[in-house]
Amino acid sequence: MERAVDPLQSAQSTVLPASKTIAFAIMVVALVAAPFFTYPLFLMQAMCFALFACAFNLLIGYVGLLSFGHALYFGWASYLSAYAAKAWGFTPELAILTGTATAALCGLAAGSLAIRRQGIYFAMITLALAQMMYFFALQAKFTGGEDGIQAVPRGYLFGLIDLHNETAMYVVVLVIFLAGFLFIYRIVHSPFGEVLKAIRENEPRAISLGYKTDRYKLVAFVLSATLAGLAGSTKAIVLQLASLTDVNWPMSGEVVLMTLVGGLGTIFGPIVGSFVILLMQYKLAIVGEWVLVIQGVIFVACVLLFRRGIVGEIANRLRIRL
Amino acid sequence: MFEIFGIPSTALFGQLLIGLINGSFYALLSLGLAVIFGMLNIINFSHGAQYMMGAFAAYLLLQYSDIGYWPALIVAPVLVGITGVIVERLFLQWLYKLDHLYGLLLTFGLALIIEGVARNHFGSAGMPYTVPESLQGGRNLGFMFLPNYRAWVIVASLAICFVTWFVIERTRLGAYLRAATENPSLVRAFGINVPRMITLTYGFGVALAAFAGVMAAPIYNVSPQMGSELIIVVFAVVVIGGMGSILGAIVTGFGLGVIEGLTKVFFPEASNTVIFVIMAIVLLVRPAGLFGRGS
Repeated sequence: MERAVDPLQSAQSTVLPASKTIAFAIMVVALVAAPFFTYPLFLMQAMCFALFACAFNLLIGYVGLLSFGHALYFGWASYLSAYAAKAWGFTPELAILTGTATAALCGLAAGSLAIRRQGIYFAMITLALAQMMYFFALQAKFTGGEDGIQAVPRGYLFGLIDLHNETAMYVVVLVIFLAGFLFIYRIVHSPFGEVLKAIRENEPRAISLGYKTDRYKLVAFVLSATLAGLAGSTKAIVLQLASLTDVNWPMSGEVVLMTLVGGLGTIFGPIVGSFVILLMQYKLAIVGEWVLVIQGVIFVACVLLFRRGIVGEIANRLRIRL
Repeated sequence: MFEIFGIPSTALFGQLLIGLINGSFYALLSLGLAVIFGMLNIINFSHGAQYMMGAFAAYLLLQYSDIGYWPALIVAPVLVGITGVIVERLFLQWLYKLDHLYGLLLTFGLALIIEGVARNHFGSAGMPYTVPESLQGGRNLGFMFLPNYRAWVIVASLAICFVTWFVIERTRLGAYLRAATENPSLVRAFGINVPRMITLTYGFGVALAAFAGVMAAPIYNVSPQMGSELIIVVFAVVVIGGMGSILGAIVTGFGLGVIEGLTKVFFPEASNTVIFVIMAIVLLVRPAGLFGRGS
């Protein structure tokens, strides 16, 4: 980033491609209009998961690193955010910041360990570290064990705006989601993002060009963990709950599934994927345990037949980039 | 009864025994993962689910066809191994040309399917499986009581590990396997059917997991989620040991089981996490793993 002549700089476009602008506009309009047609709480939850999946996609889609332990950042941020709001009486924005900062620190620690190994080991290390932190959450006093932290007050934003009002809460979540999304968009389309993609395509070559790839990978990891934490913290305030579900390994699997269904490495894919998967879970709540089987089948089908995911397929058919 | 570091010796040796038992399962499962990874370049996430399938196969054989422990020890791994062969032919064979990650994702999906089906049929509660008559009871060693079944598990898994090591490192078949791991196209040029070897390797690795499952059935309850938490620990074991060496997988498996057992005596709060902490330390000190050859 600090070099005078960046050989990759010329490759990146400075203008937003038209297809992405249009898609972004459609998404914003849809999210503004949606609460008039369906439950705002569902939409807010979906936006939190969408941001979570976008953060995860930053790693797998643009650096080629599969983290199988992203529940760690989502869950621990959720715990700290809930605890700060409930026990310390923080205002929601400070609670969310506390959670996000926690995730950033966890990401720094876990990331610097995980990037020491490549490929498949990276996935196993992130999963194992997340499981370790799951056991900490299970045993720690402040997390409330099996009960989790319940009845978290939503509080007053900046001490002024009552977030128990559904509209106010919706606007806050929408702003956080869009800000997070645009931030990720900015990262991906920056010179830094181009280096990340170069690492994904051919790491030895990126090293031979003089890039300290470990440092780039670590920064990307911390950014991804931080944004996952932002999603988790916001979720804790919206649903007024932080529990073991958020920090356990099936959550890590779920975010992988959302991103895979939507399309790995597409900027809009994770959003579509998380709405689809959450909608499926709501609709299939009656079939109980079969949800697990259905998720498994979707995994297998995506890997064998639809590796591009929903958005990837659409983009490919229309010959545009999304 | 005497004391060591203020801990009654019976408690210490008891936990040491449990550690060795857990270690047997870590060793058997990480061995299977290493063998599969060597040939298929796939991390078999469904390994835990297939271990659970082995335990359930033993349970069902006993319930519905009155087939006891000893025949089940052969029949269950064979049956589960056959499902492994089917899985490899139906799904995995299409993934070898793709990134490793897809193999992990597909087998993760399979694990969800297997666990979900088991939960729907049997519920989440565990079911007991009685210790076979010939191995009931135990003997008093003077410093501790050793149940016969547990002694058998340790001996049997050591034997299986040794046989696997011997076959891979010291026989002609093992030489083919190792050669095919290094350079499959060259081995094919010599007229050896490498795709079939890959299929059978997966079947064997899966059967190994099922074998561990049958042995685990009388010790732990037979339950749908018995595999999913174990597999994550086994991943950590694999990261610590590295998958380059068969002997390394065995030594790391038993060693970590014992360390975990000792932690239960001296610092019980950390017993769940000690293996992950060791993994973090190994990554700091020796990133390639204790027995790894690079990453």
